[in-house]
Amino acid sequence: MKPAPFDYVVPETAEEAVSCLQKYEDDGIEATVLAGGQSFVPLLNMRMARPDVVVDLRKLKTLKYIREEDGVIAIGAMTTKREVEESELIQQRQPLFHASTLEIGHLQIRSRGTVGGSMAQADPAAEYPAVALALGMEMKILGTDGERIVPADEFFITYLTTEIDSTELLTEVRVPVLAEGTGWSFQELARRHGDFAIVGGAVTLRLDGGVCTDPHIVLFGVGATPVRMTAAESAISGQAPSAELFAQAGEQGAAELESPMADVHASAEYRRHLAKVIIKRCLLEATERAGGSVS
Amino acid sequence: MSTKKRISLSVNGKLLEGEAEPRTSLADFLRDDLALIGTHIGCEHGVCGACTIMMDGQAVRSCLTLAVQAEGTELMTVEGLLDENHQLHPIQEAFIEEHGLQCGFCTPGFLMSTFELLEKNPSPSDDDIKEALGGNLCRCTGYQSIIKSVRLAAQKLQSANTAS
Repeated sequence: MKPAPFDYVVPETAEEAVSCLQKYEDDGIEATVLAGGQSFVPLLNMRMARPDVVVDLRKLKTLKYIREEDGVIAIGAMTTKREVEESELIQQRQPLFHASTLEIGHLQIRSRGTVGGSMAQADPAAEYPAVALALGMEMKILGTDGERIVPADEFFITYLTTEIDSTELLTEVRVPVLAEGTGWSFQELARRHGDFAIVGGAVTLRLDGGVCTDPHIVLFGVGATPVRMTAAESAISGQAPSAELFAQAGEQGAAELESPMADVHASAEYRRHLAKVIIKRCLLEATERAGGSVS
Repeated sequence: MSTKKRISLSVNGKLLEGEAEPRTSLADFLRDDLALIGTHIGCEHGVCGACTIMMDGQAVRSCLTLAVQAEGTELMTVEGLLDENHQLHPIQEAFIEEHGLQCGFCTPGFLMSTFELLEKNPSPSDDDIKEALGGNLCRCTGYQSIIKSVRLAAQKLQSANTAS
């Protein structure tokens, strides 16, 4: 199994990478950006991707950082998942993001796979895009005209397609810290630990005066992008948490899925069933973490 | 298009140079150009773990890394487990004693994942072992003897450390 031949360039800076991409675009040459390569190299190996040029970001060490700035954790796009996993800042200030990291592939994959790479790859069954949507992350994108910031809910367009133009580079992922008192849950069902999820969920909610407020319920593995389950969210907003209510929210969520993916791993009907199960489990766990109890 | 690139890197403590097309995987480069055939290639898309090596102190998949990406890195392959007198590493001894292999195809990957685990966590629980080896597939053993091998390897390394 060998990739089709391609040319290879290694820019020294993010600006140089962007001007390379612009030049290839102008010349009609298909270029693809390589970060950690843990999703992209398999596509090359299977010849599902056949770019003319691969632009490798391995020298962009300036895009490897994790720092907190005014309630936001700024993560350089080339930061590896291992670095996120080992970051005390993320473990303490953004436990949902941390927990989701541990579900990505295996340790050996997380050694090289990057935060920016997962967001830009936008696999519909991947963990990070779902968490990005649930937490309202922002993506910092660099182009020849400068930087722009795109919120997660405008970033993921469809299968493996994002708001990043072919001449642009994702440079930073901006993760809000988890506000004090927020309950969260991250759950996925996969055939084996480390596999892509069949269906997974990322949830945050708060409890104010004994009722659920500000719920964010996102499922992944069910459609072309992660999906915010707005009907399930309305079903629990302002209601006292209970197993019955959460089961209802699961039903609502499953019903609002237009047409869940069907593939060799699971039928659409099975995914719809799992959506129900995951929503309920996530809500129960998030409620407990918010300090509530479920009647 | 696709001209060969020079690659210099350190493998098992030796500085080496070679040339590879950009599309060549690091696993193929190690085997075909550097003649280090201990690293095995199974699935070539990151699922089986047979190609696991150490890169800059972390276990990685050499089939999901291009050789050109390894420029300037420090690698350790299964060959690097042998000491200067060509004696087997305690991890390898443990796999032999506890029957941690049958056909042996997956073994180089298991050894390297075990190497990283025991470097970072000298006395792992069974859960730690399962987590660390979760990315390696074995179709012969049923895994139980591999887990026993890792437990024994941890003991051997610890008693070697106490002795020295």
